[in-house]
Amino acid sequence: MLTTLRHKHLLGIADLSPDEIVLVLDTAEAMKEVGQRTIKKVPTLRGRTVINLFFEPSTRTRTSFEIAEKRLSADTLNVAIASSSVVKGETLVDTAMNLEAMAPSMIVLRHASSGACHLLSRICKASIVNAGDGMHEHPTQALLDAFTIRERKGRLGGLKVAIVGDLLHSRVLRSNVLLLTKLGADVWVCAPATLIPPGLKQMGVTVTTRVDEAVAGADVIMMLRIQLERMQGAFFPSQREYFSTFGMTEARVARAKPDVIIMHPGPINRGVEIASEVADGPHSVILDQVANGVAVRMAVLYLLAGEPQNNAAAD
Amino acid sequence: MKRLLKGGRVVDPVNGRDGIFDVLIDGDRISAVGTNLTADGAEVINIPAGLVVVPGLIDMHVHLREPGQEHKETVATGVASAVAGGFTAVACMPNTKPVNDNAGVTKLILQKAAEANLARVYPIGAVSRGQKGEELADIAELKEAGCVAVTDDGLPVATAILARRALEYTSMFNMPVIEHCEDQTLKGDGVAHEGPVAASLGLRGIPGVAEAITAGRDILLAEMTGGHIHIAHMSAWTTIEAVRQGKSRGVKVTCEVCPHHFTLTDDLLAAPVAYDTNTKMNPPLREARDRDAMIAGIVDGTVDVISTDHAPHHYDEKNVEFDRAPFGIVGLETAVPITLDKLVHTGLITLSRMVELMSVNPAKILNVPGGSLSPGAPADITILALELLVTVDKAKLVSKSKNTPFHGWSFKGGVAATIVGGRTVYSNPAAGMQ
Repeated sequence: MLTTLRHKHLLGIADLSPDEIVLVLDTAEAMKEVGQRTIKKVPTLRGRTVINLFFEPSTRTRTSFEIAEKRLSADTLNVAIASSSVVKGETLVDTAMNLEAMAPSMIVLRHASSGACHLLSRICKASIVNAGDGMHEHPTQALLDAFTIRERKGRLGGLKVAIVGDLLHSRVLRSNVLLLTKLGADVWVCAPATLIPPGLKQMGVTVTTRVDEAVAGADVIMMLRIQLERMQGAFFPSQREYFSTFGMTEARVARAKPDVIIMHPGPINRGVEIASEVADGPHSVILDQVANGVAVRMAVLYLLAGEPQNNAAAD
Repeated sequence: MKRLLKGGRVVDPVNGRDGIFDVLIDGDRISAVGTNLTADGAEVINIPAGLVVVPGLIDMHVHLREPGQEHKETVATGVASAVAGGFTAVACMPNTKPVNDNAGVTKLILQKAAEANLARVYPIGAVSRGQKGEELADIAELKEAGCVAVTDDGLPVATAILARRALEYTSMFNMPVIEHCEDQTLKGDGVAHEGPVAASLGLRGIPGVAEAITAGRDILLAEMTGGHIHIAHMSAWTTIEAVRQGKSRGVKVTCEVCPHHFTLTDDLLAAPVAYDTNTKMNPPLREARDRDAMIAGIVDGTVDVISTDHAPHHYDEKNVEFDRAPFGIVGLETAVPITLDKLVHTGLITLSRMVELMSVNPAKILNVPGGSLSPGAPADITILALELLVTVDKAKLVSKSKNTPFHGWSFKGGVAATIVGGRTVYSNPAAGMQ
């Protein structure tokens, strides 16, 4: 039975095998138990330094990583764009090499450029954890989504999962498609034709522009945020028209299985991609996703840390 | 001073030659090509078996970066790279800083080239003042100063009306308009070919038709005006289709393909090194269908020229996030090995056709000397080493910049020597040349 990950870094779901994904999910169950104790702390990463390097604003993901690190007793620090050398014109490579010189065990990176984590993984000794790179991947989001689905449904294989929203710009989409197809889910993706990247079909999903078709009989409906700041390019005529054509309403949810769960990676735009009645309704597991995010990130950090370092030096 | 290249295989398609001949050089000119030539007092250079004497290769699409970006390349380092790659002449693009849109910049480039005294340099002027796409540059003045063509390369000629005027105006001077075909609205902020690879890597795409749309526009305008349009660095199958149709209607359209576009596909963006910025160029590496269409066009005669789009960039500029890196790769020193290995040794084209693509046709399109070993022609000669195994090592490139996706690749075929104006400006000991 698999007990460790085969890669030093978590750059994306693309690198993970199905048994590695299951290992993360199983480990996260144990970590979730830690979070339910009165004293929510284990010594697992004591003496390890983890740097959260965030080049994009993030509340949920950064907080979730930080709590996960603290619960594992790591020494953590946050480097945010506004307070970093980058505003002085330093390159990502130079920033990373300087942080690397201080010998962190892990760097959790959020960056606007796809592939930024790959770049760092080639120059850093530290393990790189992708906390979202451009339009590429957001692997811990997909892992926490999978954890949440498995918790509710007991499995992933054979489930119909409908993903609706901005497919073109979404890193959450790419990671989820990779993960869900690896574990045998029946994945449907739905968006206006202007927000469907060419080549998506080759990723093993059913692509449709009809939301009713996507959600019909679905076990899981996963909404993706419409990034209003990106919609300047006239991908659709108006927010109003988007909501009337693709917005997740109670009427649309009614076409899914009676026990469907509604997911959203946040932050949500109420009344744009999802009706408040749905986001706050009985099928919503949106806040469970947030809660599970801590456990899943603890599992990832724990597994990437591997055996305690510097054993030889201690002898 | 006479020099006699003795007993080598000579491939000279303009004169219908492919066989063992001697080549006699008198000063800076070809004096005679024949069998058993002798000349009193001539320096005799015996050509070992396996080497082939061809008219000097001409690369009609390079960026020498001077003036303004000398940290990437200078005229001197660029021509040193050119002769090491077997090119006796290069035509350089006007997107320097300042833009080559006036005689002053043209003369500066020519002066630097004269000082370097290696490969010949033919400047290409801008179509529009400052390459801004608004008004025509002073094209007659550019021609007078030594420019052999005009282009806004790096960008397309901005509007159909400007492209029309450029084609009409240049027709007075027998100069081609060289077009970097790319609809800017479709390109947007794309950084890679739009397709499955870009989708999975999360990179913004540039569709192939962004190129074909501009090519189609310009071919129609060339047909209307009688001007000469040359389509630069084709990458998409739809573009080559547009050129093929234009040629079949008799339009004065010529075109070029770069070695990376007939060799590589966008799979290289994902592996072996994901997001390697040396796989980022414009136009981008596309899909197998596109790559195969380039080869088919080279084989069936649609493609006129193999050029390199040599685009040096400093290490620092490429050592960044993929979407922030500049477009472009160096190409002067890898073009001959790639072409010999991928096209000639595979039997797709003959050596004679390679010489047409890399010497005869560029000379014809730009109306410059060269392209043949006819008596009286400049003694610009490239000696190819067909069997030489070349392993690309970026650290050993002569160019100031090292941004190549071919680092570590091995090719069969290389350059033995380069002769410009009768003078040996490069010789490769590994190929058995002194």
